[in-house]
Amino acid sequence: MNDWITIGKLEDIPPQGARVVQTAAGEIAVFRARSDAVFALANRCPHKGGPLSEGIVFDHHVACPLHNWKISLESGEAMAPDQGCARRYAVRVESGTVQLNLNI
Amino acid sequence: MKEKLVLIGNGMAGMRTIEELLKLGSDLYDITVFGAEPHGNYNRIMLSPVLSGETQFDDIVLNKREWYAEHGITLHAGRKIGKIDRVRRQVVAEDGTTAPYDRLLIATGSRPFILPVPGHELPGVVGFRDIADVQTMLDTAGSHRHAVVIGGGLLGLEAAVGLAKRGMKVRVVHLSDTLMDRQLDAAAGALLRQELEGRGVEFLMGAKTKEIIGRQRVQGVLFEDGREISADLVVMAAGIRPDMELARSAGIHCERGIVVNDTMQTYDPRIYAVGECVQHRGQTYGLVAPLFEQAKVCANHLAKFGIGRYQGSVTSTKLKVSGVDVFSAGDFLGGPESEQIVYRDPGAGIYKKVVLKDNRIQGAVLYGNTLDGAWYFQLMRDGADVSAFRDQLLFGQAHLGDAGHGGNSPVAMMADSAEVCGCNGITKGAIVEAIRAKGLFTLDEVRAHTKASASCGGCTGLVEQILASVVGSDASQGERTRPMCPCTEHSHDEVREAIRARHLTSMEQTMHELDWHTPDGCPSCRPALNFYLLSTWPTETKDDSASRFVNERLHANIQKDRSYTVVPRIWGGVTTPAELRAIADAAEKYNVPMVKITGGQRIDLVGVQKEQLPAMWADLNAAGMVSGHAYGKALRTVKTCIGSQFCRFGTQDSVQMGIDLEKFSWGSWTPHKFKMAVSGCPRNCAEATIKDFGVVAVDSGWELHVGGNGGVKVRVTDLLCRVNTSAEVLEYCGAFMQLYREQAHYLERTAPWIERVGLDYVKKQMVDDDANRTALYQRFVESQRIAQNDPWAERTGEARRAEFMPLTVTNVGRVSAA
Repeated sequence: MNDWITIGKLEDIPPQGARVVQTAAGEIAVFRARSDAVFALANRCPHKGGPLSEGIVFDHHVACPLHNWKISLESGEAMAPDQGCARRYAVRVESGTVQLNLNI
Repeated sequence: MKEKLVLIGNGMAGMRTIEELLKLGSDLYDITVFGAEPHGNYNRIMLSPVLSGETQFDDIVLNKREWYAEHGITLHAGRKIGKIDRVRRQVVAEDGTTAPYDRLLIATGSRPFILPVPGHELPGVVGFRDIADVQTMLDTAGSHRHAVVIGGGLLGLEAAVGLAKRGMKVRVVHLSDTLMDRQLDAAAGALLRQELEGRGVEFLMGAKTKEIIGRQRVQGVLFEDGREISADLVVMAAGIRPDMELARSAGIHCERGIVVNDTMQTYDPRIYAVGECVQHRGQTYGLVAPLFEQAKVCANHLAKFGIGRYQGSVTSTKLKVSGVDVFSAGDFLGGPESEQIVYRDPGAGIYKKVVLKDNRIQGAVLYGNTLDGAWYFQLMRDGADVSAFRDQLLFGQAHLGDAGHGGNSPVAMMADSAEVCGCNGITKGAIVEAIRAKGLFTLDEVRAHTKASASCGGCTGLVEQILASVVGSDASQGERTRPMCPCTEHSHDEVREAIRARHLTSMEQTMHELDWHTPDGCPSCRPALNFYLLSTWPTETKDDSASRFVNERLHANIQKDRSYTVVPRIWGGVTTPAELRAIADAAEKYNVPMVKITGGQRIDLVGVQKEQLPAMWADLNAAGMVSGHAYGKALRTVKTCIGSQFCRFGTQDSVQMGIDLEKFSWGSWTPHKFKMAVSGCPRNCAEATIKDFGVVAVDSGWELHVGGNGGVKVRVTDLLCRVNTSAEVLEYCGAFMQLYREQAHYLERTAPWIERVGLDYVKKQMVDDDANRTALYQRFVESQRIAQNDPWAERTGEARRAEFMPLTVTNVGRVSAA
């Protein structure tokens, strides 16, 4: 049983960038890495709540625009020596459309 | 199957290479380490404190045996390699142990030079090289009385003081008339001698050893001039020699040391060498900092990155005798080409000498007060021009006032509770503690462990100084050679030069050509590269918005609550009722929480939501206003006073000059923010002398000032020159901005940039050289042709507006997983 919701096309997200989507689970940032891999995290930095969607995306990481914490897009974990974690959400690209699943 | 890497020499340089290799995450090798000494490896530079009893052997161990096991490294401690068989590619230990290698690293270090005089093999004659020597000295000190140290250099004096502390009567024999003559001049050497004599050490200067006398063991030393003294212990500290016998016997090319290239490879490319045993570009090194630099390069090559190059080191020395402060660096003697500035206070036991050439520090000797050693060393490595403060140079950094240290405070004077890194709230004490407790040697290590200097980087210079003051002769690199970020080995200057010389016009191409370690850089290098590409090839480079910090991507300044600020350009600080009405209307229409007058004579609409930005910009555009770039590394404001139109003191029309300057230069991207001001008379109401480019009207024309700053460290501008006409002001402004754009490092304000390159350099480039000034100006104008587009207007169309909106859920429900 999968509850995938469609939020747009892959092209809607700039490469090495992100877009935000409002969901029942709150504001989620959907990232597109240079490799076109997509990731979804709660759009709040574990440090001081900065909008991760506005950070610079590099490899599979994003740097929070407020204080430059570096967050792994894969795990949501802050890069050492910082500690903290942004919630991860399941995301996939199905025939060009980006889909989120808030239940897994 | 993994390749086999064998290390000969379990000392500091060799093991540092292995640690660097592990840090690079390389699992290319099965590693085997052979050490002649029966321990894990230890910090050899701390042997003196062990001898004097200030610390214990256990405290100077760097890697215990367990560490080797944990990292899967085979350690053969106490097995000395007797032969390298290059044909079979294996090493053979004296006890018969063999180990095959694919790559071999020789780090055999150095041996004390034992004078080949009769009697040098008698029991009681030792070098001062390893923990066994220290043990011999300690044993002798327990049972005998008279010690003679041959050699009054760094090592000899440390041994002498240690032995004296252990209760022996110590005489130091030195060939020259000056102690530590490799590091000190005669004046400092004399002060040092006085101090050590006060501690009970006797000196025999100009004494040449002829023979060591004794039957069963050492009994005395005989000199060429016939003098004879009794001795129960003779410490040979007459210098060290690279230990290269093993390499030489294997047919590897050696001169004064094992000859290596810039990637630390010997003439046999499978065999590397690092540390005191090597000779690189004709130099051998006996200090820890260069060895660590070599280790880094060697590890990089072993990991097959193949990008690091060792280019030799500039070194500084500190004597590790507690209570005696001696610092020496570079060419401290000076010659006919150089100048010397000397400070001498024999009563207080203080002596300082700085050697200058063309107003740049070549070397320094400090005795008695070495607080500023790290500062002089940094100025020397950076090749900084000190003409602006050479009259105060010897009084030290603390006496420089708030101006003139490129954003750095005198670190040695700081209290432990003083905050160094404002971004992360890290104090000096916390940094010092981390350096000591975790054994940190480099800036990157300090960043990783303390977060200091890891955010905005504004305190990088301070952190480097703390590192230098704690570690002594530090392992970090100067601004000129320091890599711009951990993604690359290249410095800012090297990257800029490559972009220019190889005509690189995209980020991808640059990272590829310059062997970036990471697939697409990091938040430090990407914005820098984007700027370097845009400023070098303005008509060919496409701006990479994904490499811009959010403020420059959204053309608004992000605030802590995720809102943004909107600042329209108010040319020269002059507005109209119509503009004010439009701003007021926008503030009301979009419920702007705060309307703030800025320090740059503009109006800041604070607390705007991202989604509102394009609509608000469109309204302001409609009233004829454009973006003020209040968020960018770009031209910010041109502040003006009322000027001769109305002011009874005004000599020139500063308002019109300010408007002309702003219309001419707006839209340009610069390494860091760039502020200007124009004052209509020398009363300088526009405060032009703390701006990046300040213009002050005088009766006959305009004075042009550069390199001011009103931020963290106030810095008053330097007077660049005087010009007659408004047209010249524009020309010099364009040329100055272009020189700054082409040559400063990304995120370097004009103040530290000018302190780094020197005002004279800037004058030579754009005041004395008319043709070059014209060329700079023309390149600026050419770049402005592309850059002067209002970023607001470009983003108010339907298509671009969508980018500011969130995505919407278009389909909720079950989608079958295909």
